[in-house]
Amino acid sequence: MTLVVAGAAAVYTLRIADDCLVLSHRLAQWSSWAPALEDDLALTNIALDLLGQARGMYARIAELDGTGRSEDDYAFLRGERAFVNCQLVEQENRDFATTMVRQLLCSTYQLAQWQALTASTDEQVAAVATKAVKETAYHRDLATDWTLRLGDGTDESHHRMEHALAALWPFTAELFESDAVTREVAALGVGPDPGDLRPEWDAYITRVLGDATLTAPEVSWRPTGGRQGLHTEAFGYMLAEMQHVHRSFPGVTW
Amino acid sequence: MTAIDEIRRIAGAIPDPEMPALTIADLGILRDVRMDGSGHVDVDITPTYSGCPALDVIREDVERCIRDQGYTDVAVRVVLSPAWTTEWVSEAGRIKLREYGIAPPRQQQFDLQSLKIAVECPRCDSPRTHELAHFGSTQCQAVRRCDACGETFPHFKEH
Repeated sequence: MTLVVAGAAAVYTLRIADDCLVLSHRLAQWSSWAPALEDDLALTNIALDLLGQARGMYARIAELDGTGRSEDDYAFLRGERAFVNCQLVEQENRDFATTMVRQLLCSTYQLAQWQALTASTDEQVAAVATKAVKETAYHRDLATDWTLRLGDGTDESHHRMEHALAALWPFTAELFESDAVTREVAALGVGPDPGDLRPEWDAYITRVLGDATLTAPEVSWRPTGGRQGLHTEAFGYMLAEMQHVHRSFPGVTW
Repeated sequence: MTAIDEIRRIAGAIPDPEMPALTIADLGILRDVRMDGSGHVDVDITPTYSGCPALDVIREDVERCIRDQGYTDVAVRVVLSPAWTTEWVSEAGRIKLREYGIAPPRQQQFDLQSLKIAVECPRCDSPRTHELAHFGSTQCQAVRRCDACGETFPHFKEH
């Protein structure tokens, strides 16, 4: 079953919702595996916040495209190509350093995005954003603390952080891409054009990486396509696992 | 007591599923109760956090409680705006939190940059405490330790 949403506002909102859902699931995969209990709780709490943010946005999309679909329909009954999350959020957890670098890059972006969305002309989006800003500020704090600790830590932790940055940095270009959808919603005042979030993101990331004795790699490779439903190999496996129960037992309740 | 006051009292007395020592009125989750001429009851509740899993339970509890009082036409609505803040935790709620062993949220405007007022240990009242983890057993709690008595305690973090 493929679900396609209609209208620029719905597509834009779906991109944000999918970013939240996919990142939420990646973080939830750390449950019972994190290096310490506190981190286990932190990552799953963040995952829960993101899931709630995604639900709020899916509920809004169902109204925008007039289908009245449930949040579960969006999460569990779409194939890979119908997801329009950026490719950064779907990247595998690999090690704790990779997860924290991904979390720093994502939460810094999401915080800037939610802050802008608090002024959305769509009142429901603004309401979700108002809650999400506070939550995401905590997410960014946690990622910042770990980036400083691991970057400016031991040789091994520093090496792993450099390695993670090299692997994930190319995927950040996609976060700031503009297209017809983003330009239309920006003109309507629904949400920011992603390119406008770049200066704030750059300033924060540069400062944190500098304090953590890390450097952003010079890369020429700029993978893209997530917003059009093109994803990296890791995503299909994640989705299969995430949707398995729902699809195997349709309509089941307990 | 009028019917609406009675419904408000009953709905407000429902315990929070995660912190049953507190009611949903204490926490500021219950936002509004209205009744129209035909006896239809509307209840507004608001989540503390976006993904708060307790909200579905609260919604069902509110509906059931009001139905049990004979008001069968009930609609419970989740409102996100204005967003819930720990400023809405009542004075009674703050006292109950402390008695329950949870340091209440500090009363001040939420500030992303600095939270400077001391969090007091709910066991010995010492202001010398430090944060062990930003995230605790529920979304709304952090974990702290008291430097005076050594006790580890949850802190209802400012939000």
